[in-house]
Amino acid sequence: MTRPALPAAAAPFVAFAPLLRANGFAVAPEQVTLFLAAITLLGPRSLEDIRRAAHATLAPPPERRDEFEALFDAHFLGAVELGREAAEPDPDDVRVQEDRPGGLEPPVSDGTNAAGQAATASEALSLRRFGPSVEIDVLRRFQRALPERLPQRRGYRRSAARRGPSLDLRRAMREAVRNDGEIFRLPRLKRRPRRRPILLVIDVSGSMKARTDAHLRFAHALVRAADRVEVFTIGTRLTRVTRALQLRNREQALATASGLVSDWDGGTRIGDALLAFLAVPRFAGTARGAVVLILSDGLERGDPKAMTEAVKRLAARAWHLSWLTPLAADPAYRPETAALKSILPHLDALADAGSTERLCHHVLNLAQPRAA
Amino acid sequence: MVVRNKVAGIDSPEALAHALSSAFYLADDGLATAAFLALALGKPLLLEGAPGVGKTEAAKALSGVLGRRLIRLQCYEGIDATAALYEWNYPRQMLAIRQAGDKPVDIYRDEFLIERPMLQALRSPDSAVLLLDEIDRSDHEFEALLLEFLSDFTISIPERGTLSAHERPAVILTSNRTRELHEALRRRCVYHFIGYPAPEREAQIIMLRASSVAEDTARAVVAAVGRLRREPLTKPPGIAEAVDWAEAATVLAKGGASWPEAFKRSIGVAIKDEEDNAHIAPRLDAIITGAAA
Repeated sequence: MTRPALPAAAAPFVAFAPLLRANGFAVAPEQVTLFLAAITLLGPRSLEDIRRAAHATLAPPPERRDEFEALFDAHFLGAVELGREAAEPDPDDVRVQEDRPGGLEPPVSDGTNAAGQAATASEALSLRRFGPSVEIDVLRRFQRALPERLPQRRGYRRSAARRGPSLDLRRAMREAVRNDGEIFRLPRLKRRPRRRPILLVIDVSGSMKARTDAHLRFAHALVRAADRVEVFTIGTRLTRVTRALQLRNREQALATASGLVSDWDGGTRIGDALLAFLAVPRFAGTARGAVVLILSDGLERGDPKAMTEAVKRLAARAWHLSWLTPLAADPAYRPETAALKSILPHLDALADAGSTERLCHHVLNLAQPRAA
Repeated sequence: MVVRNKVAGIDSPEALAHALSSAFYLADDGLATAAFLALALGKPLLLEGAPGVGKTEAAKALSGVLGRRLIRLQCYEGIDATAALYEWNYPRQMLAIRQAGDKPVDIYRDEFLIERPMLQALRSPDSAVLLLDEIDRSDHEFEALLLEFLSDFTISIPERGTLSAHERPAVILTSNRTRELHEALRRRCVYHFIGYPAPEREAQIIMLRASSVAEDTARAVVAAVGRLRREPLTKPPGIAEAVDWAEAATVLAKGGASWPEAFKRSIGVAIKDEEDNAHIAPRLDAIITGAAA
C-alpha cells in the first residue's frame, strides 16, 4: 500500500470510522482500508453504493443495523432523525432486547397476554445505581475455583494421552523416523473434556429487588471466570446482558448492564419472558446441554401455565436446571405457590440463593454427584 | 491489497446479480454487492442469517457463476487440521521408510500428503470455491486455525514450511449465529446478513425453484409463511420450507383437495416441530385463509 496522504475526497469516509467507534461499534483499521477500497471499486455511482459497501466491510451486527443506518444518514446526509423505524425488523428483535450501548427506544413489550396486563401496569421503568459491594472476597474465590469445578462432558476434540481409544499416527510416525522406522510404543489420543456452557437467567422484578444487585455482581464474576456464559434478565421483558458483563471492570460492567435493563423492580411475567427466550432459536440454542441457573423467587403474576410450559421446554434442552430462590434461605421454606409446585418435577435442584456465598457454593458443587 | 476490477467477466454488483439469477439464485442488492466486493478485493465472504434463508445456496450459485467447483467443508465441534487442512498418508510413509533401507528418504513429499478441503482450495484457487459451512458449529480452536488461512491464504505445515496460494481463492463462510464469532474472524471478511427475502422476491424464488407452482399459490404461501415467521416458533420456516409447502399443496390440490385444505394438510413440510405445531394449530385456519385472501 502506498504511503502518501489520502486524497481529500476520502476524508469523509475515513471520518465515519471514529463516529462508529464512539457509538460502540467495533471497527478495525483494516476494515476502514477495505471500506475505502470497496468505494473505489464501486465507482461509487450513488450513495446506496456507499451504504452497501459500508454494510459489507464495516460489518455492523444485524441487531444494530438500524442504529448503523441512522449514523450513516447522520454522517453522509446530515440527517438527524435518530432511532427511525426499520421497514423489516429483525425477527429476533420483536420481543427481545439485545445488548446495545446506545439508547434506542426499547421494543414495546407484548401486550396481548391478558394475564400479563396487570404486570404491565405496574411496570416501572427505572435506572438503578449500584451500592458498594461487600462480597468481593467471596466472588474472587469463586472466580478462581470455578474453571476447575464446572461440570464437564466429553468433547469431540482429541489430544495426546497415555491411554485412549485411538492411535496418534502422526506422533507415531515422527517417533518412527527417529528410530529408523521402528515403532516401540503406540502414542494414543483421547477425547478431551469440555466444560459445559452456562445460562444464567436473573429475575429483576420488584419482589427480587433486595437481591438484584448482588445477583448481577455474581453474574459478572461468572462471565469473567468461565468462557461460555450467557446472561439474561427477566421481569416484564427479556434482556440479554452478556456482552455488557464481559467488561473487565466490575463497576463499569454493572453500570452498562443496568443501563440496558429497563424493567427494574416491575412486575413479574417469568413464564412469558422465558417463552420469549425460547422463541428466538439463537437464544434457545444456548440452553442446549448447558447448566441453566434461574435466579428467581418464582412469584409469577402472569399465567402459571405459561411458566410451567416454559420451564418444561427449558428442562428438556438443559443438562441441568437449577431454580435458585432467596426465599429458600428460610429453613421453613416450602414451595407453595401453584407455579412453583407445577415446575418442581422439571427441576434438577431448588436451592437457596439467599446470599452470594450460598449461590457460589451451589454452582461450585454442580459437578459433584447429586445427592437429592 | 490486490484489487481486481473484473472477476470471471463480472465487473459490477449488478452484473453479478444478473449472472446469479441465471444460476437460479435471486440475490438482493446487498448480497450482490458484498459478494462482488469479496471477489474483487480477494477477501472471504461471511454470510450470516437464520437457518433456511439460502446461505449455502448462495455459495453453490456463486461457484456456478464463476465456473469453479465447490469444495464444501461442513464444520462441527472438534473439527481439526487433519479434517480441514491436510493429513499425512502414514501407511505409505511407513512403507517408504522400510523400502528405503539404509538410503535416506524424504517422507514429507507431496506424494505422502493428503489434501483436505482448505489445502485443496489453496492449491487450485482458480478452479475452486471453498465453502466453510456453519462455522458457528465449530469451536474456538478451529476459529483460531482459520485466522492464518483467511488473512494471508497460507497454511503452515511444520514438516514442510508455509504453503501459500499463488492467487487468492474464493472463500465463503456461513453461520447460523448460534454463537458469536470471534471479532478477529469477522473483521477479516466481507460481511453480509441474509434476512428473509421480501414477499415479492420470495414468490419469485418459489416459482423459479418449483416450476409446477402457480403464481397465486406462490403468493399465498409467501403470505402464510410470513405470518408464521412472526409467531414465536422454535423453527420458523425457511425458504426451502416455503418452496416445499407450495409444491406439496400443489400436488394435493391436483389430487382433488380444495385449496385451504391442501395448505392445511401439507403444513408438515413447513412446520417441523411438535411444540410449534401445537402452538400454531388453533390459529392455522385464520393464517391460511388470511394468506389466501
